[in-house]
Amino acid sequence: MPDVLGQVLRDDWGRLLGRLIRGSGRPDLAEDALAEAFVQAAEQWHGREVPANPAGWLATTAQRRLIDAQRSEARRRAPEFRRAVASGASVQPVVATPGDDVDDRMALLFMATHPALAEDVRPALALRFVLGIPTEVIARLFLVPTPTMAARLTRAKRRLAEIGAAFRVPAPATWPERVDDVAHAIYLGFTAGYAPGGDERRRTADATDAVRLAVLAADLLPGQPVLEALAALVLLHHSRRDARFAPDGTLVLLADQDRTRWHGDEIAAGLRRLTGLPPTSGYAEELRLQALIAAFHATAATASETDWAGIARAYRRLEQLTGSPIVRLNRAVAVGEAHGAAAGLALLRAAGERLPGHHRVALVRAELLARDGRVDEAAAAYREALSTVGEGAERNHIALRLARLEGRGGP
Amino acid sequence: MKYLVLLIGDGELPPWDSLSPEEQAAGMKKFEDFDAACAARDGVQILSGEPLAGPSTSTTLRTRSGRLAVTEGPYAEAIEGLGGYYLIESPDLDTVIELLGVLPAYDMQITPTIDPYAM
Repeated sequence: MPDVLGQVLRDDWGRLLGRLIRGSGRPDLAEDALAEAFVQAAEQWHGREVPANPAGWLATTAQRRLIDAQRSEARRRAPEFRRAVASGASVQPVVATPGDDVDDRMALLFMATHPALAEDVRPALALRFVLGIPTEVIARLFLVPTPTMAARLTRAKRRLAEIGAAFRVPAPATWPERVDDVAHAIYLGFTAGYAPGGDERRRTADATDAVRLAVLAADLLPGQPVLEALAALVLLHHSRRDARFAPDGTLVLLADQDRTRWHGDEIAAGLRRLTGLPPTSGYAEELRLQALIAAFHATAATASETDWAGIARAYRRLEQLTGSPIVRLNRAVAVGEAHGAAAGLALLRAAGERLPGHHRVALVRAELLARDGRVDEAAAAYREALSTVGEGAERNHIALRLARLEGRGGP
Repeated sequence: MKYLVLLIGDGELPPWDSLSPEEQAAGMKKFEDFDAACAARDGVQILSGEPLAGPSTSTTLRTRSGRLAVTEGPYAEAIEGLGGYYLIESPDLDTVIELLGVLPAYDMQITPTIDPYAM
């Protein structure tokens, strides 16, 4: 049984929520009502017969709850002398309107990533609005307690209602100025799953929802390079998730990953999107170059066959575009692989100055020094990295590298 | 919904007084274009809108410990640059933002109004 409900959630959430918002103009109450209807379904359907039309049952139940919520709000807000009137039926019932057949998920996506919302809540709201991802899963993804995430979502939904954010797909002419916000929000949701902390393996799996959202966005808004590049990037990156952790939960470096555990179908899908995409500009180009780098890794049969020179070129263009010291750091790794440790170390010095005390600088320096055979200096750099890295898989990884370098344990 | 739009600062625009008569005329034309764009849009209506006299003409009222204090000047530096306002009926915020693109590129604040009797 439970999977009937899961199926409806996956297939129909966006459509159901879209219709409720369209009819009421109240994204906050509509979302609450639909969430409550799903809870009610989980309770009522458990061990009993599921309605013949589960989505229809949920639509009707949520609609009733929405009308109740609007009535009680009207009663609560009305001054004493008007309360009697309000308790009648001044509430607009939710009725099917023309446009019910259009794909409301597009409008939901634009609403959830509205520029009048704080940037950090947009990814969470997009996952909730468009895909109906449960609040506790979103909270886990962003490493906050569930009540904190619930409060954040509630505030954001209320703000959407109060400011009168539009629930419609903007005119295609305005898409170019809005899609960067859409892409950025989804990308933040995706990278949250890869940030260290908590149950890392589980949170990486949670990032699958952001991948679904990225692919959906690219399909709903075709011809937008930034969304196409985002979909390619997250597909290629996420295809490696199963090989990223050893059975004991430790992080497995790209070079040491079992490539048979990469998802070939997802790599193929990412490559298809990437190859159709010419060089462009701005944020779209940033994501395209990152996808290109992921593609170089994804298409190497073994780690030693990786086209590091190609990756180094992509990183150079990415650095020109972003000026980011983190990109410089990654470029130093690629150059070290392609042109030798000394060349990598030279590039790294500039990055180190701009990222003082960043554990990755020390880690990359340690790796390059180790490759160059400068064992003592490498060990010191690993220790420096350990002194600044937080808890989690990355710390364990650095400790292991140091132990191996010093001939303690490990192969 | 109704939205109050405050034209709150020049932003990157040069001060109005420093503009040549031709530049001022071009600026005025943008206000006329904005009127026309609002009139042409379904569900949108400018309910009110006026340019305001400068901050030196503002008077601020504050009541402290039950005593009314009247002081010269604007309430806060933040609204010293307040040059005008619109009250606009619009189906949603996004429509307002889109239409305001027609005006000169002032810094603006948009706030929905509420019905005090429905609170």
